Amino acid sequence: MVLGNYKTAVSARAADADILKCSQDGGIVTQLFAYALEEGIIDGAIVAGPGDEPFKPEPIVATSKAELLAARGTKYSISPNMMLIKEATRSYGLDKVGIVGTPCQMQALRKAQLYPLGMRKVPDKIALAIGIFCMENFPYQGLESIVEDHCNIKMESAVKMDIGKGKFSVYTERGALSQIPLGATHKYEQPGCHVCLDYVANLADVSTGSVGSPDGWSTVFVRTKKGEDVWSKAVAAGYFETKDIAGVKPGLDLVTKLATGKIDKNQKTLEERASFGVGKGLRNPYI
Amino acid sequence: MVNKITVGHVHMSGCTGCLVSLADNYEGLFKILDDYADLVYCLTLADVRHIPEMDVALVEGSVCLQDECSVREIKETREKAKVVVALGGCAAYGNITRFCRGGQWNQPQHESYVPIGDLIDVDVYLPSCPPGAEAIRNVCVMAYLLLQGNDDQKALAGAYLKPLMDLAKRGTEACGCDLMVDVINQGLCMGCGTCAASCPVRAITIEYGRPNIDREMCIKCGACYAQCPRSFFSFDVVNQFEGIIEAIDGAMGKGGE
Repeated sequence: MVLGNYKTAVSARAADADILKCSQDGGIVTQLFAYALEEGIIDGAIVAGPGDEPFKPEPIVATSKAELLAARGTKYSISPNMMLIKEATRSYGLDKVGIVGTPCQMQALRKAQLYPLGMRKVPDKIALAIGIFCMENFPYQGLESIVEDHCNIKMESAVKMDIGKGKFSVYTERGALSQIPLGATHKYEQPGCHVCLDYVANLADVSTGSVGSPDGWSTVFVRTKKGEDVWSKAVAAGYFETKDIAGVKPGLDLVTKLATGKIDKNQKTLEERASFGVGKGLRNPYI
Repeated sequence: MVNKITVGHVHMSGCTGCLVSLADNYEGLFKILDDYADLVYCLTLADVRHIPEMDVALVEGSVCLQDECSVREIKETREKAKVVVALGGCAAYGNITRFCRGGQWNQPQHESYVPIGDLIDVDVYLPSCPPGAEAIRNVCVMAYLLLQGNDDQKALAGAYLKPLMDLAKRGTEACGCDLMVDVINQGLCMGCGTCAASCPVRAITIEYGRPNIDREMCIKCGACYAQCPRSFFSFDVVNQFEGIIEAIDGAMGKGGE
């Protein structure tokens, strides 16, 4: 289950220049939700919108392309998107809900569909769940320390943050780039990430991330019948440029390598937790 | 359909909200009653006066210790039902009835209300106030498969119900504090926001990626902890979500298009 079940894997990017202009990589999430909104596949999507502080995400229910555009790009901090899952079907009255989330949020979503104890009228309204690759996440104060203390950039002047090739990078509005080794960020990770056994959002309908594809492109896994239906229609309608994943560098080998690394490391953490104290352990959420 | 199972709804001190939630499956309730289960006892919907033998007892509400009839009925339920399900926060955890302190006009001595697990062994917990209609439906379908299905279906139903059986063994007290004690204090919270969505009284907000619980508002229904992906999570079950949803839809006569 390193890469989860999937029907197809491709390298892709959005065809819409407006979306690509400020997207993180291939603009897959924004473009796919924009397509699904236009076609009535979803009535709205829960996305990580801009919050009250720079790069602090705030979950919002986006019901227009403009709102989707305002939310594009990755914010490397916690966006509790599941918070709005019931609200979207109630206060917003959506019958077909889109949601984007990290692997743990996809786990929460599918658990909510199968065990909808406090999730009245949610299970059958999930129309499109897009998962994003995720190694770990930072509490907002942690992200601030990384950007302001380590990278020496004010949060307000950052325009984009990026993790790749072993580095954490911050781009500023004046065109400067500040980079630090990814290793320096590890101590700011939230602890809850260290028991996660999923890198590529195995439980999403469609999951995507930059790893495996060239710069400006994203790797896309199409996983479920629902995902396949939406993705194939969007591609056929010309919303995405695609390339065979077998033909791009570094390809799925790198995705497999990173996923295996995350799972092995966190599996080890789970084992260590079992005997963390003297004759006592910490909880394992998976048993 | 042959081999229907028998189900009863046993009403303790509750508001009938859990029964309404069962009924909120609309035509799904008829499907369940047509094909899978006979409702052999239900004060609100069926004219049966005494608790009969049954496969599954769905118990709603907590037990008032000063009400002799309630105490007798919960014991009788345990004796006559193969599987006892605590349907909803009151039966599982006391819920809002935890805050009773007597003072009712004609029965002021009625002041102690306990979850049914304080008096009898309970097999399955379905927390929340009320549990989602779909959750009750899923448990009904799975209980049917467990009792009447083929080997594969029995295995799946057993795996599905196990976490809810484990909840029944975990204890009879629940509160938003469970998130603190068993999730955050254990270094497991990753700030997904599920707890805030599941709280029926909006007592939970997310502050800086972690739940903040307004304890004055918490009614102790157990929804947030049960719904948290880091309380229980079975890869064996959840990884099969697509197939299970299709199977349940199939059993309920939906889908197939």
